[in-house]
Amino acid sequence: MHQHTDELALDIARRAQRLRIDVLEMVCRAQSGHLGGPYSAAEILAALYFHHLRLDPARPDWPERDRFLLSKGHAAPILYAVLARRGFFGVEELETFRRYPTRLEGHPDRKLPGVEMVAGPLGHGVAVGAGMAWALSRGMPKPSAASAPSAFASRARVVVLLGDGELGAGVVWEGAMFAAKQRLGNLTAIVDYNGIQQTGATADVMPTEPIAEKWRSFGWHVQEVHGHNVREVLDALDRADEVHARPSAIIARTTKGRGVSYMEYDHRWHGGLVPNADQREQALAELRASLAELGEEERA
Amino acid sequence: MTTLAPMRPAYGEALVELGRAREDVVALSADVSNSDFSWQFAEAFPERFLNVGISEQSLVDVAVGLAYTGYVPFANTFAFLLATRALEMVRTHCCYGGAPVKLMGAYAGISDSFDGPTHHAITDIAIMRALPGMTVVSPADTTAVAKLLPQVADWPGPVYMRLNRNEVPVLFDDSYAPEIGKAMTHRGGSDLTLVGTGLMLSRCLEAAEDLAAEGVDARVLEVHTIKPLDEAAVRAAAAETGALVTAEEHTIVGGLGSAVMEAVAEESPVPVVRVGIRDTFATTGAYMDLLEHMGLGTKDIVAAAYRALAAKGR
Repeated sequence: MHQHTDELALDIARRAQRLRIDVLEMVCRAQSGHLGGPYSAAEILAALYFHHLRLDPARPDWPERDRFLLSKGHAAPILYAVLARRGFFGVEELETFRRYPTRLEGHPDRKLPGVEMVAGPLGHGVAVGAGMAWALSRGMPKPSAASAPSAFASRARVVVLLGDGELGAGVVWEGAMFAAKQRLGNLTAIVDYNGIQQTGATADVMPTEPIAEKWRSFGWHVQEVHGHNVREVLDALDRADEVHARPSAIIARTTKGRGVSYMEYDHRWHGGLVPNADQREQALAELRASLAELGEEERA
Repeated sequence: MTTLAPMRPAYGEALVELGRAREDVVALSADVSNSDFSWQFAEAFPERFLNVGISEQSLVDVAVGLAYTGYVPFANTFAFLLATRALEMVRTHCCYGGAPVKLMGAYAGISDSFDGPTHHAITDIAIMRALPGMTVVSPADTTAVAKLLPQVADWPGPVYMRLNRNEVPVLFDDSYAPEIGKAMTHRGGSDLTLVGTGLMLSRCLEAAEDLAAEGVDARVLEVHTIKPLDEAAVRAAAAETGALVTAEEHTIVGGLGSAVMEAVAEESPVPVVRVGIRDTFATTGAYMDLLEHMGLGTKDIVAAAYRALAAKGR
């Protein structure tokens, strides 16, 4: 396992915070979009895109790339922000989020470079990711049997991010069983366990606990981490790579709306509300203050 | 005397043949491979076969992942399950997302007659046809399966292929050369056109014989690709013969009949009489008995032809 330096962890924490600011601006400009779910996933996405995933923004269809599937598709704005900041397309295009004409659809669409899977309807990432992981572990096919030499296994990995409310979708568990049966060691599912879904606490809407035991009993390797602790997230991703012949689940404890005091733990900020001018100013001030605490002024 | 040939082994063999020709072909089944006959592929290429168990939604989603990673997945299960239980997966990923998954709908129509209405697929054409980006193929006999399957693999987008469970009349020899998206005229005629798909094509040909004996000159047009519909061929038949009868093993709501009506009503309206299941579920019993009971007999096509001719004369 890599030893992650303080510098790396701090750099990723700052990038996560800047992603939150991007998302705030996108949603306020569009007057539409989700905030709570993107904010709970900010450190996870920053850790993935600025360190863990092997990607080449200049070649979004590079066959050997790692695949990231945002199964909780409503977190689209932070996926768009991280793809732009990683160089898959220009940062200025973030201004088109949810505004015609745009490639930044309400929920992710594959026409946007870097998006691997359409998402929005919940539950798909694990099964689609398992299909990808099986294909990658088996090797890329040749179109014709005549075109020897035959395929060899890819090193590429598949990482899926899903929400805890999403665990209510049955196909998640169909896919989880398939992945365990096929011993897909190159598949990792991260549960952004923020405990809140659209109309209230997950524990009230449809209790999902014990989440870790569920994944374990489905044949997955399971780790539990603090999803806003960058070092823990990075360590867990590395450890997941060390698990062979079994898929890995990382249960990341997070806070819905993390980073803006009035959004935290409030299900209304799942997607039903857009900040008014005062709320926007307050959110921006809080996010900038946190960024300053991380030792950096916001960069334009 | 009509020769019959079983559709399932014809499909199984065609799939094996495809697997032999292309190593990017993978087959999946939701634990019904001995029903859908993907077991033949599983035996020939065990390393390229995936049994996902009783999980049709995962069947399609896993296939989507395979398709996005360069494979050509053939997802097999009962037609009704693909069109209903797994529909959201089909819509979201295959159609909107563009994952070129090949959906193999076994036991289509009422061909799984003894298992009853729960196992029949009589709305699958309507459902699949409504989806942007979907292609719907419905072979009429065993030769058609063998000829169309490689084209299904080559087709750039998702395809839903409707497969009969039973023995069906042999219509074609090796000279049959279908192309996805192109309707085929199998009998010339000028009084009206019988438009058939799947098993019902054989009954259209029989009906045309019966009509000829009574002095009616019926053309027979095969629509093996219901979407994209060969609108030019349908409109030409409408313009040239002045009346159409459609015949399908499917409800009259939203299927071949509806597609044909939509095509002609906008530019060359002529009477179109639909032979199909009358917006009801079927029942259980022997296949041939059920076809008659549900109004899918040759005599039903003949009766529909006279109705169409009467409407044309008005």
